[in-house]
Amino acid sequence: MTSVLKISDLHVSVGETPILNGVNMEIRQGEVHALMGPNGSGKSTLAYALAGHPNYNVTAGSIEIDGVNVTAMEADERARLGMFLAFQYPVVIPGVKVADFLRHAVSNVRNPERKEGEGLIGMREFRKEIRERMTELGMDHEFARRYLNDGFSGGEKKRMEILQLAMLQPRFAILDETDSGLDSDAVRVVSEGLAKLAGPLMGVLIITHHKRLLEFNPPQFTHVMLGGRIVEIGDAALAHDLHANGYATVRARHPEAENTKAEAAAVAS
Amino acid sequence: MSTDAPVKPDAKKSDVEFGSYKYGFHDSMDNYAFKSRKGLDPQIVRQISEMKGEPEWMTNFRLDSLAIFESRPMPNWGGDMSDLNFQDIFYYMKAANEQETSWDDVPEDIRRTYDRLGIPEAEKKYLSGVKAQYDSEVVYGSLQEDLAKQGVIFTDTDSALRDHPELFREYFATIIPPGDNKFAALNSAVWSGGSFIYIPKGVKIEFPLQAYFRINSQNMGQFERTLIIVDEGASVHYVEGCTAPTYSSNSLHSAVVEIVVKRGARCRYTTIQNWSSNVYNLVTKRAMAYGDSLMEWIDGNLGSKLTMKYPAIWLMEPGARGETLSIAFAGPGQHQDAGAKMVHCAPNTSSRIISKSISRGGGRSSYRGLVKIHKNAKNCRSNVVCDALILDPASRSDTYPYIEVEEQDVAIEHEASVSKIGEEQLFYLMSRGLTEAEASAMIVTGFIEPLVKELPMEYAVEMNRLIELQMEGSVG
Repeated sequence: MTSVLKISDLHVSVGETPILNGVNMEIRQGEVHALMGPNGSGKSTLAYALAGHPNYNVTAGSIEIDGVNVTAMEADERARLGMFLAFQYPVVIPGVKVADFLRHAVSNVRNPERKEGEGLIGMREFRKEIRERMTELGMDHEFARRYLNDGFSGGEKKRMEILQLAMLQPRFAILDETDSGLDSDAVRVVSEGLAKLAGPLMGVLIITHHKRLLEFNPPQFTHVMLGGRIVEIGDAALAHDLHANGYATVRARHPEAENTKAEAAAVAS
Repeated sequence: MSTDAPVKPDAKKSDVEFGSYKYGFHDSMDNYAFKSRKGLDPQIVRQISEMKGEPEWMTNFRLDSLAIFESRPMPNWGGDMSDLNFQDIFYYMKAANEQETSWDDVPEDIRRTYDRLGIPEAEKKYLSGVKAQYDSEVVYGSLQEDLAKQGVIFTDTDSALRDHPELFREYFATIIPPGDNKFAALNSAVWSGGSFIYIPKGVKIEFPLQAYFRINSQNMGQFERTLIIVDEGASVHYVEGCTAPTYSSNSLHSAVVEIVVKRGARCRYTTIQNWSSNVYNLVTKRAMAYGDSLMEWIDGNLGSKLTMKYPAIWLMEPGARGETLSIAFAGPGQHQDAGAKMVHCAPNTSSRIISKSISRGGGRSSYRGLVKIHKNAKNCRSNVVCDALILDPASRSDTYPYIEVEEQDVAIEHEASVSKIGEEQLFYLMSRGLTEAEASAMIVTGFIEPLVKELPMEYAVEMNRLIELQMEGSVG
């Protein structure tokens, strides 16, 4: 059965400020979706809300995975149902080795029934696997022994996100500007890495301002977000057009979305 | 905090003639089952000394120390000791070879923790006070023999007084005289057990010496007294304590640890203590480091009701280095007042203090430290880093750094940081499938990792397990 991530009329507030104003989207395993839109349109908010950040309050609507409503679930429960967010700004966890962290994460995600304190995935098996994945992503095996994102360059952090994606094999991966702030070599590594990993078992939502990631991972669907709503849906050609020409024409076509944004700003101030 | 110059020990050596003891040491104590009555007075102190068959100078030393203890006021800083009643304590208990208490008397939560830490049965019983002896002679006998061949003395302090009287008396109470502070005086009056170690010139012990090796003495008593002498060019790593909670029906633990690190020698002293939460843990530890030597304290404090402990290093001659790594974990109802002291008495000496504390569930941790640079101690360097991690709004952390500098030509750095477990860190880990408790434990484990990696392997593993256990049920 093909899994489906279904977002219905999703309204999300941060504090008292409404950011998303009724987002609808359906992502199936095996599909690649692009989410585009100008800064402040709500793209990252959608990403965080899907992953279950506690500060992003769903005020209406729902998020479902295969008909299971996950809207009220904690981030870890969602992860165990196959949700994954590659962070725009990965967080530094001093003193925690990449291998220790990932072994724990993999154990929980692959065995969702695992109770705290129960055994982890076998060390040997895990080591072999993480080494293979690092080799495929062109990463030094030394990475596994470093502290998570501690002292990592921008490119290393993003590679670490892709390594986690590779190890956790989620059903739904959201990439929040994973290609931002990288030089072109790093963008290529990330793009190729994702292209290798995404397959028939992974639904991908790519949030990006750049062409490169989408060139390696051509989207079947392009969603354009404006003022906390999806205002247009197209195919890869729409993504190309927006890259080439910007958002002026989209804005002109959807003045009402801009108004919503202005209202939100007024509420916030 | 006491910053006085070292003074001569109060005991007068000339009072005693070795070999003419009133009570022969050959009288085996093993047949005794003895418990002093509750409380503290000269009669009890005399009785303790008599039961141990000590030489007269030690009896006098104890009595003098008691007078000092009684004349000193309670410290008016540190933690709250208002319900500590010195007259409600047994100061000396000597078990015969039978069990003192029943396993059934050990609190359920402590037994469960032992099980989950995988502590061996024999050790469990020792730690919980069910068994007064933990016989490791069989396992470590050959090791002891090997050490003895190199001239190393590794014994309990009572035996050392009997078997190595001259060496003992040369150093005993020279680093921490009874007049140092009220609790050092108390320990000097009623001490029992502890470790005595002498490493001869140039002898380097490659493996850590552990108190476990000879734990069948009264090593982990309430008032143990440890004395370590590392002779010129020698080196040793001594490890004591255990990460498992040490159950004690007695409410006061007051130890004294004295160390001499001679020219070119190295000494590392690692302690992990986890007292049950009824215990006042008031310990005085000090080392004197001579020319080009290195002294390191690694000090882990968990549990207890109140811990006040500031391992000190006196850098006595040029080139001496001192380093203290301190971890404190304050849980519900606990106050860890811990830190370090570095006293630079000579030029070209250097010191480093790294302190990490964690407060959770209303616990309170304080860093209290002193860096003192005496006049003419030119070109000294000192670096202090203290990091505190606070896990919830009910918990607390304070920093009391004291710096006293009498010399211009020095470099002192002090950095302090306080962090809360970040929402973003928690979310990041949880978004990878870790529960909130697992994520918190991982962040805490990472926080103390720089210190844990300095511990011997089995301690490091236990320490991490213990942090996980402490964190369970702490959230949500």
